[in-house]
Amino acid sequence: MEDQDIINEFLIESNENLTRLEQEIVELEQRPRDPALLASIFRTIHSIKGTCGFLAFTTLERVTHVAENILSQLRNGERNLTPALTSLILETMDAIKKELASIEATSKESGEVYEDLRRRLTLTCNEIQSGAKATPATASTEEQTAPEPAASVESASPSDSLHGVEAEEPASGAQPMGSSTEPERSASPKTGSIADSTIRVDVSLLDKLMNLVGELVLARNQILQFNSRQDDTGLNGTAQRLNLITTQLQEGVMKTRMQPIGVVWNKLPRVVRDLAASCGKQIQLDMDGAETELDKSIIEAIKDPLTHIVRNCCDHGIELPARRTKNGKPAQGRLLLRAYHEGGQVNIEITDDGAGIDAARVKQKAVEKGLLRPEQAERLSEREAVNLVFLPGFSTAEKVTSISGRGVGMDVVKTNIEKIGGVVDLSSRTGEGTTVKIKIPLTLAIIPGLVVNSGGERFIIPQVSLLELLRLEGEAGKKQIERIHGTPVYRRRGSLLPVAYLNEVLHLPATSADSEVLNIVVLQAEDRQFGLVVDAINDTQEIVVKPLGKQLKGLTSYAGATIMGDGKVALILDVLGIGQRSGVLSESRDQAHADSARNEVSHQERQTFLLFRAGKFERLAVPLSLVARLEEFPAARIEHAGGKAVVQYREQILHLTSLPAELQNGQSSAEHLADPAQVIVFSDGDRMAGLMVDQILDIHDESIHIGKKSDRPGLSGSAVIGGKVTDFLDLPAILAAGDQSWSTQGSAASWTRTAVLVADGRAFSRGLVRNYLELAGHPVLEAIDQPDALEKLDRNDIAAVVTSRSLPSGGGKQLVEQMRKRPGMERIPVVALCDLKEELGTQDTSPFDACVERFDRIGLLDSLKQLSAALEEKDALRAVPELAGDRR
Amino acid sequence: MSDMTIRDASNPRRETASDQSQQYSTFFVDNLFFGIQVLKVQEVLRYLEMTSVPLAPDVIEGLINLRGQIVTAVDMRRRLSLPKRGEGQTPMNMVVRSEEGAVSLLVDEIGDVLEVPPESYEPPPDNMPREQRELIEGVYKLEGRLLLVLNAERVLQTQVCN
Repeated sequence: MEDQDIINEFLIESNENLTRLEQEIVELEQRPRDPALLASIFRTIHSIKGTCGFLAFTTLERVTHVAENILSQLRNGERNLTPALTSLILETMDAIKKELASIEATSKESGEVYEDLRRRLTLTCNEIQSGAKATPATASTEEQTAPEPAASVESASPSDSLHGVEAEEPASGAQPMGSSTEPERSASPKTGSIADSTIRVDVSLLDKLMNLVGELVLARNQILQFNSRQDDTGLNGTAQRLNLITTQLQEGVMKTRMQPIGVVWNKLPRVVRDLAASCGKQIQLDMDGAETELDKSIIEAIKDPLTHIVRNCCDHGIELPARRTKNGKPAQGRLLLRAYHEGGQVNIEITDDGAGIDAARVKQKAVEKGLLRPEQAERLSEREAVNLVFLPGFSTAEKVTSISGRGVGMDVVKTNIEKIGGVVDLSSRTGEGTTVKIKIPLTLAIIPGLVVNSGGERFIIPQVSLLELLRLEGEAGKKQIERIHGTPVYRRRGSLLPVAYLNEVLHLPATSADSEVLNIVVLQAEDRQFGLVVDAINDTQEIVVKPLGKQLKGLTSYAGATIMGDGKVALILDVLGIGQRSGVLSESRDQAHADSARNEVSHQERQTFLLFRAGKFERLAVPLSLVARLEEFPAARIEHAGGKAVVQYREQILHLTSLPAELQNGQSSAEHLADPAQVIVFSDGDRMAGLMVDQILDIHDESIHIGKKSDRPGLSGSAVIGGKVTDFLDLPAILAAGDQSWSTQGSAASWTRTAVLVADGRAFSRGLVRNYLELAGHPVLEAIDQPDALEKLDRNDIAAVVTSRSLPSGGGKQLVEQMRKRPGMERIPVVALCDLKEELGTQDTSPFDACVERFDRIGLLDSLKQLSAALEEKDALRAVPELAGDRR
Repeated sequence: MSDMTIRDASNPRRETASDQSQQYSTFFVDNLFFGIQVLKVQEVLRYLEMTSVPLAPDVIEGLINLRGQIVTAVDMRRRLSLPKRGEGQTPMNMVVRSEEGAVSLLVDEIGDVLEVPPESYEPPPDNMPREQRELIEGVYKLEGRLLLVLNAERVLQTQVCN
């Protein structure tokens, strides 16, 4: 067992040494002649070798021995450090690590002999030794080796006690983990002073201590509260002392769990060096604030995200040396890691001076990947755009490298950091570099929180989410909460802050509504802010977060619970959950969704138009959604049947209408048409019709405001598209004139702004109905459930609603009932879609204005037409535009 | 507790579902007589002050501070769909162990720990209300009254989703 202990010691020490060694070797590349650094490296590797020999790990000993020889040559100034040499030494280190891992797992060496590595090492070593002044180096090392093979080590029992131990680190200061510019401590005896002042402690023991201190803090709080009601000076004094000691103890125990961030950063120089070498870049890594301390659990959590960001910076951020010199930058790129405390949080900044992020390309990529709509992308600020890289499935790297570019990563970085209550933000200036800023809490176990009251209960809001506290006094104060359709908002420095009442969110009774003041806690969740109205704001406290039991895990409104000074339990609010529950954050689930909501109105009014020229009309338009195809037919293919121009098209006879002729009452004739004839094909189910025009001009996406209605037959009005006045074709009228069969249905509408809202939970059905309506010329908005429908009705001018009877969240029936209650909506006709024809006869249509079968297109359009006509008759004042404007 | 385990080990016959442990910690809810295997009970406490949890399911009465541990309290009356406790009647806490830590069951009154004869065991009668029958493993016919054996795992399955 004692042997096992020795081996464990050896493993821990060697692992620590290796970590430092890596860093030192990378440093050595920059200061190859630093004797102190060289001495330290030599010492470290020598001590590993020595112990290996002592414990009879022969492979390890042999490998380290050759490496030591090379280092010795370096130290004696017999050779210079080359990058190849550095790589070789680092490779040796990897081999040592592997062996150490094997020893940890099985108490044996892996059995691999590292023939190749040793051969190369020996070869490199001999280069010099075969030269003139070789002898001193070997002599000195030989003499120091002192191999003293100890027996019976191999028989030691398998080690498993190491798992807890390996993760631990010595107290800060035990290792030189500062920035690369920090001077190396001079040749002091390596272990002596450190070993005397530090001991190793199992992490689980620290965790246990931490828990106990948490309990103690709570007990202390209770005693203090109890003491304040007593009048005993003796107790008073003791309580004060207890208070003081507990606070100090808490701080002390917290400190034992604190580790300098350098523990994570130590591994980065090697990462950066290897990456730079493999990409052919030159990168200098600087670190500032490596001594900044963080809780161990947080250190663990940020390790991977941090490495990922650094890799990204090296791979994408910093350019190739040639490119850099061309842009007037030094060939060597610079990567700066900075850590510092700020307001109870730790900030970590990773800055590179590379190419920066091209906001335009990010936007383009986001659009290409379908993460964003083009018009949303246009509206994004540069800062918002670069933060798109945190969206899942995003990567702008032109090619996938082994390092990055697979589109997984930055989103994971973001989620991991958010998981520990952190925030990550990215800013970039094209050509100058990128900065990633991470804000994380110091610790997770004890957090500062604000105690508030609402509905007679006490709650705690984590201070991390807290932005500010507002206090509105008196009647005037209350009036500052305004309502937009029942949604309370508050004007905070000129912008609207959505507000929720905590007691309403949690279904608690309102307490004393006549209180003088209104307290608003302004909170931040994700990147959005909202206000929470509470009854009273108490003080802030350090609280110990305790998880809720299994039975309550599903409640998203709470992050946990804690025990207050009076011994009672109080719930900790989950700000994000509360925000979502109250609806103030419902739109923020993802960036794209939030944007679409913001731009809903303007977006929905946008339509795509096909622009073309015909006869003396220079600029005509039809909605592109109505166009099936654009075709060219040579004049020779146009035949005549029944006095009308036709063409054989897709095994059908396609009737052609000459648009110039139609618009000019037949004055123009076919001769004026171009050859080949430009034909716009419209399709409606299995019927098709062609419209001959002179020239197809363009496709334009625009939100239109119709300028004036036209009384000219064949035209429905004019508007400005693409900066020019454009006439809108009254397509149904034109087509009906050319082909009588088209007119039989008589339901197609002229292009008027009579938006119809289609509310249906099923996307397929919604799409189909949308198609019907658009073909009939109605702009269509879609809603997926009842709240969505009401919201859209609220925001847009809707002429009619088509809803599924089985609409999610309440059904179509409830939608109508809701609409009838709301001003401005009570008169909008509502048509219900039924699934079966049988339902139509048997069921009472109320409260709907009409019911049609789900896929009965003509029935639907007829109903809408009748309803809007009836409405117009009833109320001439309310100008409901004609819904199905058959002009004949 | 160690006493019990030793006995169990020495007697391999005691392994079938119904007679793993013949000792029951008993309690009353609305005059019904219930029992839980004594090994599952951590402790029994008088009424403690409670913090209610808004939005939580009905059966969860609140959270209690059990010596620095936060424990969820489940009201057995509501859990068993029984009528509400009368005014001024404070429940007792029967803290049971579960996989996810301790949970307190709020009951009307605590009874004795009983050792029951295995041969008096019977499955729950079919005519019991469904909500109650689901939570009851079986019945011991004792002299003068019936002991209903509560299925603690099922009682605690009251997860919420919102």
